Amino acid sequence: MSIAELQAYGYFVLTFLLVVVLYGYIYHLYTKKRDADGVDYESYSNMALKDDIDDAPVSALSDEKVPFEGAKK
Amino acid sequence: MENRPLEYDYTIAKMFMLTTIAFGIVGMLIGVILAFQLAFPGLNLILGDGLAEYTNFSRLRPLHTDAVIFGFTLSGVFATWYYVGQRVLKVSMAESRLLMTLGKLHFWLYVIVVAAAVYSLFAGVTTSKEYAEFEWPIDVGVVVVWVIFGMSMFGLIGIRREKSLYISVWYYIATFLGIAMLYLFNNMEIPTYFVTSPAGESGIGAWYHSVSMYAGTNDALVQWWYGHNAVAFGFTVPIVAMIYYFLPKESGQAIYSYKLSLLSFWGLMFVYLWAGGHHLLYSTVPDWMQTMGSIFSIVLILPSWGSAINMLLTMKGEWQQVAASPLIKFMVLGSTFYMFSTLEGPIQAIKSVNAIAHFTDWIVGHVHDGVLGWVGFMIMASLYHMAPRVFKREIYSKSLMAAQFWIQTLGVVLYFSSMWIAGITQGMMWRAHDEFGNLAYSFIDTVTVLHPYYAIRGVGGLLYLVGFLMFAYNIYKTMSSRPVEERELQSASPMGA
Repeated sequence: MSIAELQAYGYFVLTFLLVVVLYGYIYHLYTKKRDADGVDYESYSNMALKDDIDDAPVSALSDEKVPFEGAKK
Repeated sequence: MENRPLEYDYTIAKMFMLTTIAFGIVGMLIGVILAFQLAFPGLNLILGDGLAEYTNFSRLRPLHTDAVIFGFTLSGVFATWYYVGQRVLKVSMAESRLLMTLGKLHFWLYVIVVAAAVYSLFAGVTTSKEYAEFEWPIDVGVVVVWVIFGMSMFGLIGIRREKSLYISVWYYIATFLGIAMLYLFNNMEIPTYFVTSPAGESGIGAWYHSVSMYAGTNDALVQWWYGHNAVAFGFTVPIVAMIYYFLPKESGQAIYSYKLSLLSFWGLMFVYLWAGGHHLLYSTVPDWMQTMGSIFSIVLILPSWGSAINMLLTMKGEWQQVAASPLIKFMVLGSTFYMFSTLEGPIQAIKSVNAIAHFTDWIVGHVHDGVLGWVGFMIMASLYHMAPRVFKREIYSKSLMAAQFWIQTLGVVLYFSSMWIAGITQGMMWRAHDEFGNLAYSFIDTVTVLHPYYAIRGVGGLLYLVGFLMFAYNIYKTMSSRPVEERELQSASPMGA
């Protein structure tokens, strides 16, 4: 088998796998509806709508790093 | 000072807003001059024979494309990143002295590189690769600026309070990674200083000249992989980032389907990179690669329309806002033009259509309904939304904005409709032949026929430039408008009469 044939098979397998992964991701999104932390994907729109610096994060990174921390000096 | 509440810091965003407007005026002005030069060739000598070297079409053309891509659009991308990034990550630039320093360094180095690029292109120093004309010393500068942009972006992401990244941030990250990869690989070049000719000569040419690392068909392939994906990661991905933030924010509506935004993102990333081959249909590139370019271009309709429809449906039940607000008009029409040009592109990539469209003005028309209708409208809309928030003043004039909207829309329509007619006329005339296979027309026959359409295109471009100057004036006057209260800035932007 020549290098060109190997590349062609490799290309096909890679494309096929990526298609499977993409459709798997779509299936996951629409069946689970929530991410690993249990947050509904749709609520992430609030990251733009409630984006003042003192608005509560949709899911905070950690309990210690609450907003306004930077002002308390 | 001690207990002053934390605020977002828009210093860097403001600086890049300024360059967005300045480079936009320069890039578009050169574009209008070029359009009229094509219609009236005497304009190539507009400043006399002595300066013809600097005013002719071929010297100015790369200045136009590079000024609007790397000047206007990239400035807009940076300006919106330094605004949106802080807000959706809920962290202020003021919290990190390092990030502020990086941001300022990013801005000033960017301005220096742009100045060097403008100077070198005016001087006629070029690699002759489309959209990659800069010679190696400037390429090095571009890479430095880009790395600093990346450090600044990931630095901000690193100190965020919001755990998840908003969809716009995904798109900004993709912009950073995509352009980094494309720019590096397409600009692989060897300074002529190190090159030895077959005859044994070395140290050929000036120190700043270089030759591409690739030759022939390979060079063309890498070039159009780059060229097409510069459209992807410069004109599509960061602009989608903008609309996913600014349209929901300005209208007060949640994204119609956040899940659709996620899968469209991965769909776009998956498909776009393979479509560049459609620039090389009927060339020496292997046939299977041309077919792949065509097929992936057609598939690209799906993720593109996924984002565009998601944006239009975000306005569901709130369409009265489109009538009421010129700012929403810009974004909704931008999204519509995005749908339109992402349908037009794939049609042109079909081999049989491309046989007529290739090398004609239809391609130029396609590019411009995308950049004028989608990229330009979204960047201006984003800056309009940002202006009251960064200057804490209402937008100077709503009626001026509305007038600008209609003037520019008319300009875009004149531009693409004239180029459609010109392009298809060109394509048909080039291939027409008699029963013996003799070509029916010579090249000059097409030039004569196209003249009126070139004039219309020039007028369309001029209208767009006039609208852009109205935008610049409106933003300038906003800086001295009525101050606004915090509560006025929740969603719809406050505007004066």
